[in-house]
Amino acid sequence: MGISVDSPAESQKLCQSRGYTFPFLSDPKADTIRQYGVLHPRGGEAGQDIARPAEFLVDATGTIRWENLTDDIRVRARPESALQAIDRL
Amino acid sequence: MKRSRNVFIWVGFAIVLVALVSYIPLFAVFPATRDIPWANYLLFLIGGALLAVGIRRAFRDPGRYRGRLSGSILTVISVLLFAFFVVSVTYFSRQIPGAGSALGVGHRAPAFTLLDTAGKQVSSADLLNNHRALVLIFYRGYW
Repeated sequence: MGISVDSPAESQKLCQSRGYTFPFLSDPKADTIRQYGVLHPRGGEAGQDIARPAEFLVDATGTIRWENLTDDIRVRARPESALQAIDRL
Repeated sequence: MKRSRNVFIWVGFAIVLVALVSYIPLFAVFPATRDIPWANYLLFLIGGALLAVGIRRAFRDPGRYRGRLSGSILTVISVLLFAFFVVSVTYFSRQIPGAGSALGVGHRAPAFTLLDTAGKQVSSADLLNNHRALVLIFYRGYW
């Protein structure tokens, strides 16, 4: 699932344009983003707090089992790395 | 003798423009051309080579080919566009906070309840109840 600071309506536009079928959640105050330690303070165009790109795999017990913390906004996790991490659970 | 239009200069410049604007809508979509933007570098190289050929013949054979002034201007613009692209993909795209504060593997994932795109409350506990695992993808968003 996806998380960003965007409103549900904005996220819906993104999901429709990209064809995302997974749940996409809205964290407007960046509370959850902050809790996972992936806040990009004032990273938005108007100086809003946003998320830095990051991917986490959480298992059924609620433990983080894999993560990908890029240092470049262009370079995100490849789907196959997440799928391999899921296979290793 | 009528001097002919220096096609190489204009085609070269057009390819340089394509090299710049094609990254986000096209090549950034595929990881193979996204992580290292070799396809865009290749287009810049082809465009630059055509510009170089065009400029060369404009200066060597000004009686036959036009393009000394336009070729010089378009070459300077092309060099600036290439520099902008390189700085964007090697510097600007890396201007994000370090990963030091992020939760690590083995940590407990904080629970959350947030609105989905339909405005419905969705909790991490619900999602984990129905699935064997959860992949959280944090996006910068469009704000």
